[in-house]
Amino acid sequence: MDVHDPRPPEDSGLVVRDLAVSYGPVLALRGVSLNVPRGAIVTVLGGNGAGKSTLLRAVSGTLRFQRGGITAGEISFDRTRLSGAATSAVVAGGVVQVPEGRRVFARMTVEENLRAGALGARDRRSAAGARQDVLKLFPVLAERARQRAGLLSGGEQQMLAIGRALMARPRMLLLDEPTLGLAPMMAARIADTVREINAQGTTVLLVEQNAAMALSLASYAYVLEVGEVVLSGPAAELAESDEVRRRYLGIEDDPEIAPASATSVAAAPAERPVLARWSA
Amino acid sequence: MITFLELLANGISVGTVYALIALGFVIIFKATEVLNFAHASLLLVGGFIIAKLHASVGFWLALLIGIAGAALVGALIEFLVIRRANVASHSVLAIATIGIDIVLTTELTREIGADVLALGDPWRDQVLHLGAVSIAQTRVAALVVATVLITAFLLAFKYTNWGIAMRATAEDSETAALMGVRRGRVSMGAWAIAGALAAVAALFLCVFPTPGLDRSTTFAAMKAFPAAILGGLDSTTGALVGGLIIGVTEALMSGYQNDMVFLGRGIGDVAPFLVMIVILLIRPAGLFGTRELARV
Ligand SMILES: Nc1ncnc2c1ncn2[C@@H]1O[C@H](COP(=O)(O)OP(=O)(O)OP(=O)(O)O)[C@@H](O)[C@H]1O
Ligand SMILES: [Mg+2]
Repeated sequence: MDVHDPRPPEDSGLVVRDLAVSYGPVLALRGVSLNVPRGAIVTVLGGNGAGKSTLLRAVSGTLRFQRGGITAGEISFDRTRLSGAATSAVVAGGVVQVPEGRRVFARMTVEENLRAGALGARDRRSAAGARQDVLKLFPVLAERARQRAGLLSGGEQQMLAIGRALMARPRMLLLDEPTLGLAPMMAARIADTVREINAQGTTVLLVEQNAAMALSLASYAYVLEVGEVVLSGPAAELAESDEVRRRYLGIEDDPEIAPASATSVAAAPAERPVLARWSA
Repeated sequence: MITFLELLANGISVGTVYALIALGFVIIFKATEVLNFAHASLLLVGGFIIAKLHASVGFWLALLIGIAGAALVGALIEFLVIRRANVASHSVLAIATIGIDIVLTTELTREIGADVLALGDPWRDQVLHLGAVSIAQTRVAALVVATVLITAFLLAFKYTNWGIAMRATAEDSETAALMGVRRGRVSMGAWAIAGALAAVAALFLCVFPTPGLDRSTTFAAMKAFPAAILGGLDSTTGALVGGLIIGVTEALMSGYQNDMVFLGRGIGDVAPFLVMIVILLIRPAGLFGTRELARV
């Protein structure tokens, strides 16, 4: 893997080494290694079914909810092993995920959603302080405190989902496609917020299909395709790469955004022509 | 008119007791998506402990031990069976609870034999007179205790961290886990609380005018199933309303059955199930429920 950080990569932050994940017979990730240094924003790009959410589930320990599991490799955060740990332990260790599709508790109020976010916090007493910070970041959540979360707009739900995760005062935030389905204005707002959260000291792993936004935020990027890392490098360099420009930024003539088909994962041929292009 | 008021008061009182049972049934369903068919046997465990201990340790201590015992059995069922069963379908777990129910009920009814066990309650057969209306003290006690417990439960459900964790898990267990909620704890808590509520219900199902705890007590407990189902399996409000509907219907039907001989004797006993069927025909998810029974 490229050296993108002056410090030794194993030293701190999130380290994923040779990770393989399967859902029963379906192999979803193979030999994935990546590193998110402390304090950085790192993004993982990939089309539908590439394995982005699977990666985050593996980190958070929620694969069993999908009847999946880690079959090889190791995940650690600040040298503490996460693979094999219970989700509550991962959260208590400071690694908190904002799941794909927001998943706010629709039947609960905004306020109750925020309280739910503090349930697994390292220090429950700090919940009041965390709440103030979240409401400062997202004032709209204060206005809607007593409303049912299900009644919020998509953008507001995304803010709630992020705010809820921040209630646990995470050291590291895992974001799964936070701009999915949002209007450009709202997506830009979310991007600003991610930048601000990071500036306040939270390490961020951002999973996205919206490559333009993600590459503008991140310092380093990985491209995941059919369960494997096919490309990685500093975000600025990737943004200049022809392949990424063509396939993920929609520049040039190819309109196809997600070349990886979900069904080809099970077959998982070792050598695919698409990989050869990346290997240069 | 006086008869009607007396019947109504009795019906409401019994209804709150059914509500206690139905509430436990509903919170188990919310927390684990399991239909707990062992609920009546949890109740029997509680009642049995009170009946066996009250003579030696006194009624109040026996009641406490009975509540703790039923809560413990509930927690054990969760810990030993529900949590370990790695099955794809919650229907399979529901069937497992039928097995547990059979084991517990068989064992306890064998212990009870043909006896009718008194629970040693302080109210005995005293009657309270409010003007022309007479009502057994046990019924007043049931109403007060059940109301207090239900209110406490609902407040906790709404405002405590436990309640938030419970509701979050019920709504989306995977996301709740992402908040650091430990599902095992939530579901064990639900089973324990359900057991405790069932033990209190056992007390009030067995005191005056019922002669005591005997092998038919589980049949009385069964009437809470229609209460939970007609209210909506995943609704705490539904459990309360369902309990009251069943209690009042049963009391009125039994009270007036002489005027309704065309319906046959014992209509009071089948009325709860009739009411349930009628309501489910109109609203398949129950009065307040969001999930239809067929999808369980
Ligand atoms: N619960 C599951 N059971 C079986 N296979 C699954 C499951 N979830 C995901 N997969 C498979 O694993 C692979 C990776 O899926 P994953 O959801 O991680 O992709 P993704 O990159 O997040 O896609 P998207 O951008 O659409 O969210 C896909 O082939 C998918 O079909
Ligand atoms: Mg995904």
